[in-house]
Amino acid sequence: MTSAANPSPRGLGVRLWSWRYFMLRRLSQFGILLLFFGTAHWGWQVAKDVPLLIGNLSASEFVGLFPMADPFATLQIFVTGHLLQQKVIIGALIVLAFYALVGGRVYCAWVCPVNLVTDLAGWLRQRFGIPAPTYLGRNTRYFVLAASLVLSALMGVAAFEWVSPIGMMQREIIFGFGLGFQALLAIFLFDLLILKHGWCGHLCPLGAFWSVVGRRTAQVRVRFDKTTCTHCGDCAKVCPEPQVLNLKRLEEVGYVYSGECSNCGRCTPVCPEGSLRFDLRPLIRRHNIEAGKGHEQ
Amino acid sequence: MAEANVTRRDFLVKLAQGTSLAATGAFLWAHLLRQEARAQPYALRPPGALSELDFNAMCIKCGQCVTACPYDTLKLAPAGGGIPIGTPHFTPRKVPCYLCPDIPCMNACPTGALSPELKNINDSRMGLAVIDIENCLSWKGLRCEICHRECPLKGKAITLETHPRQLSKHAMFVPLVHSDACTGCGICERACPTQEAAIRILPHNLVQGKIGEHYRLGWTFETEITQDFKPAAPAAPAAPAEVPKQAPGMDYLNQGL
Ligand code: SF4
Ligand code: SF4
Ligand code: SF4
Ligand code: SF4
Repeated sequence: MTSAANPSPRGLGVRLWSWRYFMLRRLSQFGILLLFFGTAHWGWQVAKDVPLLIGNLSASEFVGLFPMADPFATLQIFVTGHLLQQKVIIGALIVLAFYALVGGRVYCAWVCPVNLVTDLAGWLRQRFGIPAPTYLGRNTRYFVLAASLVLSALMGVAAFEWVSPIGMMQREIIFGFGLGFQALLAIFLFDLLILKHGWCGHLCPLGAFWSVVGRRTAQVRVRFDKTTCTHCGDCAKVCPEPQVLNLKRLEEVGYVYSGECSNCGRCTPVCPEGSLRFDLRPLIRRHNIEAGKGHEQ
Repeated sequence: MAEANVTRRDFLVKLAQGTSLAATGAFLWAHLLRQEARAQPYALRPPGALSELDFNAMCIKCGQCVTACPYDTLKLAPAGGGIPIGTPHFTPRKVPCYLCPDIPCMNACPTGALSPELKNINDSRMGLAVIDIENCLSWKGLRCEICHRECPLKGKAITLETHPRQLSKHAMFVPLVHSDACTGCGICERACPTQEAAIRILPHNLVQGKIGEHYRLGWTFETEITQDFKPAAPAAPAAPAEVPKQAPGMDYLNQGL
């Protein structure tokens, strides 16, 4: 994806290296689905009657010890006024804590299967220069997020879980196919022809939920080095959420602070100056101060 | 001034557009939910499932029950399948529930949609077996009785009763289901040899009636006899009836013999 945007002739090794995050993300996305699938269909287990990873992305149990659950789904069930069992609540807290630390939307770029579809649509759109005919505010997703919770309370069922294309896709991959692909096709065409980054960047309430989580707590962030940045804008061209790369704000803060950043790692390899790097948040300030000094010398 | 008016009008138009978009979306969404959640009374749920509305609200659609079931009984409903999306259910004619004593499906459920209050698998009530007596072989007079023999609660959930035959003095043996013991496991439905099963599991609310509180079944022990139904105080003793001279079996045809 990144090499298409940067056509300079380079060796294969360098090209592959610049695709490293892309490949790791696909590995992570397919790997997680494979663990679920293997446990469901081939009975993968770590010991007798201890399944490896049972369930799916909505709720699961890892090696019989760690429950996990989608905190957004759990929250929706909670607002319908039903008392959930401890296991799913603990699972939701574990998952919440994990993403609060690594960055909420890490889920989007590294786990969510729908991201495979929307990335493909985004790539094709860029490749064939499909124009963007519609406009929709990126904050629409927060409205959809609120609507999910209100509708859950009113209708007595988890409103987003009952229509979620993410749920359909992963369930149907893990447990067998139905008509869920229609919803995915709709998202694909919507992203490809109607609205650029339409679903993940504007509408998905789960993405919105994860944007809110980890907005302040995320410890893995993209560091920005203002001393080397030449304002070429290559990063914003590949970023699916370009508003997070507002260079002016980045110069003040020193890293990509917005919760809407999914740590996908598209921007870091394309920056010709190496001004963008993954880093741990506590170390960023020191790095930036040192970089500033080095530049002055 | 004119410019300000234009931007203001723009703003109002945008606002109206946004609001109507949001309202349309929300109504469509609510409609979809109602379609999915409310209109499907046919799903047979795993053991321990809460009542349909609570179950629909609680189940997080994780499929852990599906994987935990050793017989591959349970399936997660795919999109567009006519059963609330992503929830577990089973089709007894394909694979019934074999009533595992350790209830692995319920124990795998993280939410409590399959309630841990179910301690004994025989207390589960997934549905109720219903017999189509027009197509049951036993009701035709054959000695099928397979459902009775296969039933894990034979003698309690399904009993064999005698029933008079039209053309023969020998009685028929016909199966009868008892709702106080039938778990709805569907082993009978799986076993029934007719082309389409003559015994089927249906959700209780589709087949079970309700008498209503106002009927007092005075002859059952639990029913209290109220004032209205108390027999009137005994009347003054009547004159003793005349004792017939003949045994009652001796009718008039035999008189004078
Ligand atoms: S925005 Fe939604 S669909 Fe897109 S990757 Fe994130 S969770 Fe998945
Ligand atoms: S009781 Fe056993 S056979 Fe029946 S659904 Fe549960 S796991 Fe499957
Ligand atoms: S384990 Fe429980 S929450 Fe998960 S699909 Fe089965 S019934 Fe639903
Ligand atoms: S198995 Fe079927 S045909 Fe045989 S007695 Fe039972 S209901 Fe009738």
